[in-house]
Amino acid sequence: MAHQKWDKETAKSLIQKYSSLQGGLLECMHGLQHHFGCVAPESMDLMASAFNLSRAEVHGVFSFYHDFRSSPAGHKIIQICRAEACQAMGSRGLTAHVQDLLGLKLGETSENGNFTLESVYCLGNCALPPNVSVDGKLYARVSPEKFNKIMTEGA
Amino acid sequence: MINIYVPCDSTALSVGADDVVLELILQADRRGEDINIIRNGSWGMAYLECLLEVEVDGVRIAYGPALPEDVTSLFDAGFLGGGDHELCQGVTQEIPYLKNQERLTFVRCGLASPLDIDAYIGNSGYRGLQNSLKMPPQAIVDEVSNSGLRGRGGAAFPTGIKWNTALGAAVAQKYICCNADEGDSGTFADRILMECDPFTLIEGMSIAGLAVGADQGYIYLRSEYPLCKIMLEKAFKIARDRGYLGQNICGTDFSFDIEIRMGAGSYVCGEETAMLNSLEGRRGVVRAKPPLPAIEGLFGLPTVVNNVLSLASVPIIMDKGGDYYKDFGIGRSKGTIPFQIAGNIKRGGLVEKAFGVTLPELIYDFGGGTMTEKPLKAVQVGGPLGSYIRSDGLDLPMDYEKFTEAGAVLGHGGIVVFDETADMSAQAEFAFDFCAVESCGKCTPCRIGAVRGEEVIAKIRAGENVEENWHLALDLCDLMEAGSLCAMGGMTPFPVKSAMEFFPEDFTDDPKILASEPKGFSDKNMPCAPKETM
Repeated sequence: MAHQKWDKETAKSLIQKYSSLQGGLLECMHGLQHHFGCVAPESMDLMASAFNLSRAEVHGVFSFYHDFRSSPAGHKIIQICRAEACQAMGSRGLTAHVQDLLGLKLGETSENGNFTLESVYCLGNCALPPNVSVDGKLYARVSPEKFNKIMTEGA
Repeated sequence: MINIYVPCDSTALSVGADDVVLELILQADRRGEDINIIRNGSWGMAYLECLLEVEVDGVRIAYGPALPEDVTSLFDAGFLGGGDHELCQGVTQEIPYLKNQERLTFVRCGLASPLDIDAYIGNSGYRGLQNSLKMPPQAIVDEVSNSGLRGRGGAAFPTGIKWNTALGAAVAQKYICCNADEGDSGTFADRILMECDPFTLIEGMSIAGLAVGADQGYIYLRSEYPLCKIMLEKAFKIARDRGYLGQNICGTDFSFDIEIRMGAGSYVCGEETAMLNSLEGRRGVVRAKPPLPAIEGLFGLPTVVNNVLSLASVPIIMDKGGDYYKDFGIGRSKGTIPFQIAGNIKRGGLVEKAFGVTLPELIYDFGGGTMTEKPLKAVQVGGPLGSYIRSDGLDLPMDYEKFTEAGAVLGHGGIVVFDETADMSAQAEFAFDFCAVESCGKCTPCRIGAVRGEEVIAKIRAGENVEENWHLALDLCDLMEAGSLCAMGGMTPFPVKSAMEFFPEDFTDDPKILASEPKGFSDKNMPCAPKETM
């Protein structure tokens, strides 16, 4: 996914926009991550002053939520659902296969920046497990073979 | 021109619905057929997705599960005229899976395009709101109380009581918060409703606002559901344009609007007080109750926090009356609940039935048994914090109280099926692992207990001091149940203890453990049902 390079002025104006939203800090972090691909450490001070919070409070919110990252993810974000319904249909085996194939563990990004592999706890498609999401596109009933196909056919 | 319906929800998309549509258009063009594709909501029969429907003489004939590569043979078989094909399921409404349901909340789901507000109104949409607009607030609250509706998010607290408390608060600003943080594995009914019939939720929230005197609603939506956000925002705009949302709704002096706030991947934010903190832009840490959210909720003001399906059940209650609704169901479990049949299951999907239907009916009659066709080993009802039920204990009516008596959790009606290959000790370890990752960290039993629990189960699985660790795990479970602030720590022991009691052989071959009286799930210590104070 294409993201913009860090730019303080853009970040400031984005943050300014969200700071008028009541309780808008989470929305602000989503907004920054959407724009820059991450919630950059440089943005913490800016948010703290715009929301009238301490840096520690802002960092506390940032670090609480799994979604927010401090550096950009790989070009492709692959999420494997590892919750119970998917476990019942082999998501453990699928996870092992994907880790082997990509040479990555869950939570890692490849050195060339091509892939980020993550676990997710429920994509809400539990009637057709196991599920995988690639850059936000959902795939159902993913066997190891189907996963290879998704990768090679450029999902 | 021939109407073809192809669902547009996440499930249909996950099995290639867009590619099917593309193929339909290309082939129709090549064959000179005049087709009109309608992207409807899903009927919830996930196992038949992608489910095409062709309208022949005003009747919809279903074909599924269809892949893009099936389109050629469908055309060849004359499916545009309802022709026979191996994927033909007959008339949609006659498919037993759908026909045998009792659809109240999901009555419109699948009929039309989710954003077709005229179809919504034409199918008795907005009747509940119109009725409510003519009633004093107390009468609306009384009608909802009379219906017996209980929170569909899992805790089953009576919706009418929450509303009444909020109505009684003499404060100018109040809020309606819709909990759309459907994080439990095995649940997808909220998602289907928001993607496939969003106006029902908007109408339900509006009625709630009217009833308690709130003019602002928030939907706290999990970030894993991006399509819900798109659908809801489009629906908001349409509803505003048509005078059903915003200032002076339907020409009255009632004003109400809704905003979506996205979660950020935290499971515990499905707990209502953690959700309120997250909505305020804070860490999603659980708050101690009291104060109740209905008195001191969002931004410290009276707030009704209801699940998507509780709010979406309100329109039909206000349309047909509380008496009509409570005629469905048994005991204190009134009305219907959308069960979600998931996991290792042949015919997974959404089945809305009145309370009282049994697990075997849902798993075998609707679900068709396991997908792998291996014997069923265990069923987890009510999400990751629900206990595991053994195959010989399935004969339970779906009723909140009956489940509690059996030491199980009905919750939101999510049902996850496992076959004999499941390793229940791995499931128990996972339950602790999940709690360790997702705990908000506020209370010690949950924050530290989950980490220690995972270690202890791992030791048992590795055969280390099994007897000692077995009792340690059970003691820890008791402590977490009794001492945790919310259901996250308080119910994580449910799956763990039920797995230990019902499947000890998956943990160890230690004869002392296998021969001992089960001191676990079903003994007197157990029935610590979801603690709901409001």
